This record gives sequence, structure tokens and C-alpha cells, in this order.
Amino acid sequence: MISIKNLHASINGKEILKGINLDVKAGEIHAIMGPNGSGKSTLSSVLAGREDYEVTEGEVKFMGKDLLEMSPEDRAREGLFLAFQYPIEIPGVSNINFLKTAINEIRTYNGKEAIEAKDFLALIKEKQKLVELDAKLTNRSVNEGFSGGEKKRNEIFQMAILEPKLAILDETDSGLDIDALRIVANGVNKLRSKNNAFIVITHYQRLLEHIVPDFVHILYDGRIVKSGTKELALELEAKGYDDIKHQFEKTQG
Amino acid sequence: MIAERSITAQKIIESISSKANKVGFINDTELTNALQYLETKGIPTNKHEDYKYCNMDAVFKKEFKNLSQEFNEITNEDVKPYKLNEAINLVVANGNYAENLSDKIIVKGITVKDLNVFTGKKSPLASLASSNSDAFIALNTAFSGNGIAIKIDKDQVIPMPINIIYINSAKDTSLVNPRNFIHLMPGAELTLSERFINIGKKAFSNFLSEKAVDENAKLTSYTIQEEGTEGFSVNTNQVKVGKYSTYDNTTITLSGQLVRNNHNVVIAGENSQSHLNGLFLTSGTQLVDNHTLMDHQVPNCESNELYKGAINGKSTGVFNGKIFVRKDAQKTNAYQSSKNILLSDDGTINTKPQLEIYADDVKCSHGTSTGKIDENALFYLKARGIGEVSARKLLLAAFANEVADKIQIESLRTHLETELNKLY
Repeated sequence: MISIKNLHASINGKEILKGINLDVKAGEIHAIMGPNGSGKSTLSSVLAGREDYEVTEGEVKFMGKDLLEMSPEDRAREGLFLAFQYPIEIPGVSNINFLKTAINEIRTYNGKEAIEAKDFLALIKEKQKLVELDAKLTNRSVNEGFSGGEKKRNEIFQMAILEPKLAILDETDSGLDIDALRIVANGVNKLRSKNNAFIVITHYQRLLEHIVPDFVHILYDGRIVKSGTKELALELEAKGYDDIKHQFEKTQG
Repeated sequence: MIAERSITAQKIIESISSKANKVGFINDTELTNALQYLETKGIPTNKHEDYKYCNMDAVFKKEFKNLSQEFNEITNEDVKPYKLNEAINLVVANGNYAENLSDKIIVKGITVKDLNVFTGKKSPLASLASSNSDAFIALNTAFSGNGIAIKIDKDQVIPMPINIIYINSAKDTSLVNPRNFIHLMPGAELTLSERFINIGKKAFSNFLSEKAVDENAKLTSYTIQEEGTEGFSVNTNQVKVGKYSTYDNTTITLSGQLVRNNHNVVIAGENSQSHLNGLFLTSGTQLVDNHTLMDHQVPNCESNELYKGAINGKSTGVFNGKIFVRKDAQKTNAYQSSKNILLSDDGTINTKPQLEIYADDVKCSHGTSTGKIDENALFYLKARGIGEVSARKLLLAAFANEVADKIQIESLRTHLETELNKLY
């Protein structure tokens, strides 16, 4: 699905990612954990194509294509989805209009006709149920005046509508209470299949009780310093990030 | 000898005097005043504070040196695209009311006449627009076309909008002075749309409207400007608002090489309110200059202004909003907001709030913002598969709709949506 090799990226001349290697196959869920400032959000931004970051080295293949060559919109059209850590409020653009435009641009790119109005409405209804999103919110402007939890649910709602091949969830659990966390996790679990994959970026183990990963990677100082199965997350929870930091600094020293 | 600054005015007077009709509906004193003002003060240059970004003298010298004052006849076919199905459509062709192109008035309580209905000393014309205040008021007064007088009878709530189409078709470079007088008697209510169209050669439309909104009356007015690349205009509204009444206007500028709007509202009756909204999307070398004046003369009134501009190419946008709160106008609430988006590096926006407050118990505020299109929002849309062009259109539409949504005539709103979409 996605293959990241020796990825280096910097912002304003400061190197944040210092050689990331990661392979994610269809049907897999990978968790990326790490302390603040380790480069988790930079990784998701670079993959989604945010222009503030400069890729200085390395390559990323997505479904066999060079991802870094693509515009952000083409990455999305090819099936990459980023659930934002901080979803943007866009006053004046209704959720409905936004989603319809997104669906149709993706369909056009893939040589399909625009979606029929009744099919679109049916799709909205179905997916609203999945993430227990209040129907009223869909008629409002994108994220405008939404609570933190509503914004995150709206991200998962969009993901459900667009059905990406690879979804990156950037700290989707941050700021969520336990009910919202369960709803978000349920959404992801219902959407996972052998044809898609997820990268779940999180600071805490909590989310991983609900979305069980196949692999866990620990990101520290711009590199993946340890990889393992879901037990690694539990280990991390017990020992904290300090242990990782110490080990890492020892190997560096 | 004439002063240097009035040479342009002299030239205009000379070239159009012979071809202008004798105006019988403006009284002699006003006519004399108007001409005198033009001869002494002339057409404003950019040295005039109110025309700082809009050098009218230069525009006349460059673009309107020779005035042919020859016009094509306007036909039913010409005006058809601008008529609104749900409205009473009236046509002012090349500055004069064209009854033959207008709808028959079958609704009770509306009187529509040409300006000849006013005669001699009793004429209300110029009662709200003083020639001594502005050169373009003077110019219109001196050479006014025979426009429209509309009266809405006492307590008449007109169930359908009136749509006035001001359409010009010059054979060659010309100046047109359309004029109207709209009077809402006490308790009357009307929605008025005024559309400005140019289908001929280069034309300068110097429009002047006097609007009297009597007590308990409500006038909702829309000004839609689409005079194209050959259109130059000054659009002056002189409004007087009586007690317990409402005057609202939304001005949307879709095109026009030069558009200067002078929207002056005198709040003369207590417990009244007025809202002015504006939207301009400019490109090329266009200049759109919105000047507003809210003159709060009495206590307990409210005014609110929202002007939004999106500036592209090498164009210029101006918003100058003056709020005048007189000594007696206690408990005034007056707000003003100017929001702009600069879409190019060569575009310019000049925005200036002017608050002159002489009462001590008032709430007045203003805010202005100018920025580029929101990059975070743009990225968010792109991250969902929406391309650059569509994403920008979505964001600009969202920006514009805050004003465009004020238009409550459905067919006009649909037309605007189509036209605005071409500009995003």
C-alpha cells in the first residue's frame, strides 16, 4: 500500500524527519507512537502534501506511484486520507457542498460520472449513522462552531464517505472523552477491510485498546527507533517514553 | 476667466448643453446652483479628500474628452434579459424613463411617473440631494435625464418587488444622467432592485437617486452593477429615513471599469435603522470605490455596514465609511465592518473608517481586515481531493455569500450566483 524509504523532511531549515522507513500493506493497521516533538505530525503532514515542509531525501511509494510528486488533491484522489489533528473551520462552506464537491472531484479524476443526488443523500445518511453524527451538523458550515469531539467525528465521517485506501489518523484521540473515543474507534473498525489500511498516530495507548493495531512503531527524534506488535504499546504505557529516550540516548552515546 | 480646475466641467457643459433636453422638473434656483457649483468647483481631482483614490477629472480628460451624446434606441429584446419574473419591471433607457418598455402597473398603491410630474417650486427633486455637496450631484441636477418618480401610498405593503433597469446604449462616448425619486409614504413597504447595464459604447452613467422613507416605512433596496468594460459610473444615493422606519441596501458590483458609489443616509427619525452591505469582486484595471455616510441626527437609532471586496489583477478597491453621530443622537448604535481579500500581488485595497462622534452615550465600532485567501482552509479542501480551482471557488463563494445572501429576490439571486461564479 505505502512504502516509505529513508524519508527526511525539514521545516524552515530545521530537520524534523531524519530517515523514516515504514511499509504498510493492505489490511494492516499500524500505530505510530512517540513523545511530543518526535515528528509524528510532521510525518502525516508530509504524506498529505502540506507545502510548508520540504522533503530533503528519501521516497514514498503509494500504490506503486511516487507520492511525493503528487499535489495534495491528487494524493487524496488516489486514495490517501488524513484525519486532521486540528480540523479547520471553514465558515460559509456547507459540509454538504464540501463533501459533494470532494466526491465529484475524486470521481472525475478516476473517470467516473458525478454522483446522483439521491445516491449522495443515501450515502450521507448511512455514514452519519456510523459515526453517530448529528444530522444538523451536516447542514452547517464545515467544522464551524463544532465542539472538539464533533470535529473529530466529522473527520471520521468524511473518511467514511470518501472510503480511502489508506487513512492516516493524526492524534484523532486527543481531546476526546471516552464515549467519543468509542464512537470514533467503532467507525474505524467498521470501515477496516482487507483492501484498506490505517496509520494511527497517537500519544497514548488508550485508543489502541479500541483500534487494535497489527504493528506498533515508536517514533523518536525523527526516526522509528523501535517496532513491534501491539504489546509494545502496553510496554510503552507501563514504562513511559523516558525509558525509550534513555535507551536511545545510550545507543547514540 | 475660469479657474483651472473647472476646465473639465466647462467642456462637459459645452458639449452636452446643446443636446440636453430643457429640464422643467427641477426648479430654476437649483439649476442655477448646480451650474454655478460646476463652474467654480469643477470635477474633483485626487486632491479632493473624497476622491483621493478616484481622480474623476483625470478620467474625464482621458476617457470622455469628446462626448457624442448619440444613443441607440433601446428595444424590448435589449431589456428582456434583465427583467425579473416576479417583479414589476421598469426601464430607464439612456437616462429617460421608457414607459413603452416597462410593465403596466396593476398593483394598488404604486404610482410611477416620469419626472415631469414635478413642476416648479414645489418639486421635491434636489430636496435630499444638494448640488453644493458634490460635483456629481450638481452635474446630474444640471443635466438630469427624465427618470422615474415612484410613490408608494400610505400603509401599502407592496407584495412584489419593483425592478428598475437602467440601461445605456451609446453610439459613441457619452454621458448619461439617470435620476429618480422614490417616496415611501408612512407605513409603506417596498423591495426595490436597481440594475445598471451598458450594452453600447463607452458611457459614463452619473446616476442620482433620492429616496425618502417616511415614518414606519420599510425600503429594502438592491443595487446590482454590471456595466462591463465600457461602463464608467458614479452612483449616488441620497436617503432620508424617518422615525420607526428601516432602510436597507445591498450593493453588488459585478463589473464596470470604474464604479464610484456614494451612499449617503440621513437618519432623521428616532427609532429607525439602516443596514448597508456591499460586495465587489474586481480584476484587470478596474476601480471600485464605495463611499458611505451614515448621518445619525437623532437618538435611539441603529446602523450597520458590511462591505466585502476581493481584489484581483491590477485592480483597486476602496471602502470609505463615514459615521457621523450628531450631538443630539444619543443611544446610537453604529457598526461598520470592511473585509477584503487580496488575490494578486498587484491589486490594491484602500479602506478607511471615519467616525465623527459628538454625542457621549453611543455605541460605535468599526473593524477592517485585509488578507490573502486562507491557506489552511485551502489545504484542508485539497486534502479531501478538491483541486486548486474548485477550492478557491468554494472559499471565495463563502466569502461573497455573506453579502450575496442578503438578496431575497430568487431570480436575481440565481443570476448573481451564475455571474459571481464566473468571477471566482
